[in-house]
Amino acid sequence: MTKDECKQVVLDIIADIAPDEDLSNVKPEVRLRDQLQLDSMDFLDIVMELRKRHSIEVPEADYQHLASLDSCAEYLTPKFIAIAAKG
Amino acid sequence: MKPARIVITGVGLTAPNGNSLAEFRQNLLSGIAGIERMEIRYMGTQLAGVCHYDPLKYQKKKELRVGTRAGSISIYCAREALTDCGVNFEMLPKDRVGIYIGCTEHGNVETENEIYNISKFNYDTKFWSHYHNPRTVANNPAGETSLNLGITGPAYTIGAACAAGNMGLIHAAQMLRLGEVDFAICGGISESIHTFGIFAGFKSQNALAQHEDPLKASRPFDKARNGIVISEGGCLYTLERLEDAQARGAKIYAEIAGYHVNSDASDYVLPNPTRQAECIRAAITRAGLKPSDIHIVNTHATATPLGDIQECEAIRAVFGEGCPETYINNTKGYIGHCMGAAGALELAGNLPSFNDFTVHPSINVDDLDPACALPGLVLNQPRKVARVDTILNNSFGMLGINSALIVKRFTT
Repeated sequence: MTKDECKQVVLDIIADIAPDEDLSNVKPEVRLRDQLQLDSMDFLDIVMELRKRHSIEVPEADYQHLASLDSCAEYLTPKFIAIAAKG
Repeated sequence: MKPARIVITGVGLTAPNGNSLAEFRQNLLSGIAGIERMEIRYMGTQLAGVCHYDPLKYQKKKELRVGTRAGSISIYCAREALTDCGVNFEMLPKDRVGIYIGCTEHGNVETENEIYNISKFNYDTKFWSHYHNPRTVANNPAGETSLNLGITGPAYTIGAACAAGNMGLIHAAQMLRLGEVDFAICGGISESIHTFGIFAGFKSQNALAQHEDPLKASRPFDKARNGIVISEGGCLYTLERLEDAQARGAKIYAEIAGYHVNSDASDYVLPNPTRQAECIRAAITRAGLKPSDIHIVNTHATATPLGDIQECEAIRAVFGEGCPETYINNTKGYIGHCMGAAGALELAGNLPSFNDFTVHPSINVDDLDPACALPGLVLNQPRKVARVDTILNNSFGMLGINSALIVKRFTT
């Protein structure tokens, strides 16, 4: 998985948990909370959907890595690759 | 000191056969029911009363995803009632508004959904939603309404089984009289059709209606009645002290005349006609009336074989043969049993009688059970009557809670 593909996975999740938001111009380097109406429960939703859909665990101490699309990609892409390698 | 006079100034509702008072009333006069087939988890196709309001009229998609059906019904009804009552909501001090919503139960739907959800993950509870607690707390429907409207006064639910709709109104009247709030949004709601448990429970009780024609399934007082049709719904009112309503030139639907609430203390599920009669009598006494002063009695009868007969026994004991201007009807033939919303919806369906002098009938009574043959029963066709100055609304619930609420025509 590439980092761009990883960002799309996160965006797909956000599209479901924040269905009123326009996601066409999300800036990858800007904090998601600064450009979208997302609260702490929504971030728990992102964590839950990563677990449900992709079997990826994000420990509480690492929630900070979900701040922006760029930081999501940095943090999550290796996890996706590791899961894919496990087959 | 005489207690403040309390009046109804707005109505917002969604029923299986209408999403406004005008539509609901028209269908009650036209004999149009709203029962349909619905897929229920684990149970297959069942009969149910389903509401078809537009949830996006007052909520965003995200609110609907996070919140509950009970919350959504409450918000729809509250917003509709506020619009109907004509109050300048922006100018209303939000900390002086109370929200009092009756519900039969709350949390079953959301809990069942979560158990079903984790069943897809080998019952691993790490997949249990972090929204479970805010969705299932008993105050959820009122809390969601306060969030949606920005109301900062007291907002809570009143658990009173199927008497809850009346209880919302009664409690609001009490809070207005106590001066706890200056404006109340109150009534009852139900999301019950979204929990399989209530269907399974009534089925195990042999109390779930069956009929090849869904529109004929709910048939209180008919000899062939065989149980309850479970429905969702909501009806919330705006209540105000009379002087406040008059000061802003509000239209007034009716005045709260009297009420009473008591308990059977005799059985978990079986009604007690003696206590029901006591409840009805006490409400009439509190209203300063006598039985012959009551012009419409809307019955609670749910179409169970025994329950209908017992309520008729209670009504017969109170009204007897000496009340020639008392007419009796029932609304569940149209909409099934809307549980926590039942009392509030059924009262609303009768309010227009103050203006059109017409009593809506009980429908689906093809063969009247002689044990339910009360004097003044209005069956299958609306009846024009000479006087409608008072309406008594019965609402009874499991664990033996009884409520009777009387509203009267408003006169200065």
